[in-house]
Amino acid sequence: MRNRMDIEFSALSQNESFARVTVAAFIAQLDPTVDELTEIKTVVSEAVTNAIIHGYEDNSEEKVFISVELNDDTVNLTIRDTGIGIQDLDEARQPLFTTKPELERSGMGFTIMENFMDEVKVESASGQGTTIHLMKYLSKNKALCN
Amino acid sequence: MSLSINLEVRHPVLLIRLDGELDHHTAEELRGRVDLIIEERKIEHIVLSLEGLTFMDSSGLGVILGRYNKVKSFGGEMVVCSISGPVKRLFEMSGLFKIVRLEADEQHALATLGVA
Repeated sequence: MRNRMDIEFSALSQNESFARVTVAAFIAQLDPTVDELTEIKTVVSEAVTNAIIHGYEDNSEEKVFISVELNDDTVNLTIRDTGIGIQDLDEARQPLFTTKPELERSGMGFTIMENFMDEVKVESASGQGTTIHLMKYLSKNKALCN
Repeated sequence: MSLSINLEVRHPVLLIRLDGELDHHTAEELRGRVDLIIEERKIEHIVLSLEGLTFMDSSGLGVILGRYNKVKSFGGEMVVCSISGPVKRLFEMSGLFKIVRLEADEQHALATLGVA
């Protein structure tokens, strides 16, 4: 069965927990494991934080957009901003790379997304905003019924 | 959800107990409070006690790494204890255990720094 939800919210750091908790609540209907839910909450937090800090450079007038689509046991997450975009995508995806070391960014956001999800696609260009597509297959740990 | 920060000085160690969620939003307050106490109380080492930490992301790694760099600049150490599975995974992924020591609990962590 296909099921979808969309949210948009101000690019404010206090909305990071709102975003991950809301996405987790929607996905709960697929009965994910505790680890799967933690992984999804973590990647939502990473992508939303990137949108706020890097995409919008803390301009809270802007909006972050999240779509979640559930398709059987697959979760498709799209997290989008209309901010400044990423100049060099290959560089941005390197572990420990950050454009904002002065803000003590760890540069681990994309590495975490890649580790916790089955597929990570990033669309971005300078001045064009950034859209991150994240896909995860949920394991089926349910007991088999004969 | 927010973060509850409990700071206890056992000179020259600062014991930081975190309860709740450490993300970009809550990392700011943690950084400010810890840096103030490090300077005011001449702290040398940090013990991070994470039993109550239910969520952490890369912003948490960043603020921890920043505090590590601070104590290291005075020749100090950082020890982490009572860490949960998901938080441990992030530490492993980022290579933080190469520079931050892991101990089972607060008592062991403090003992290794010479504080009973």
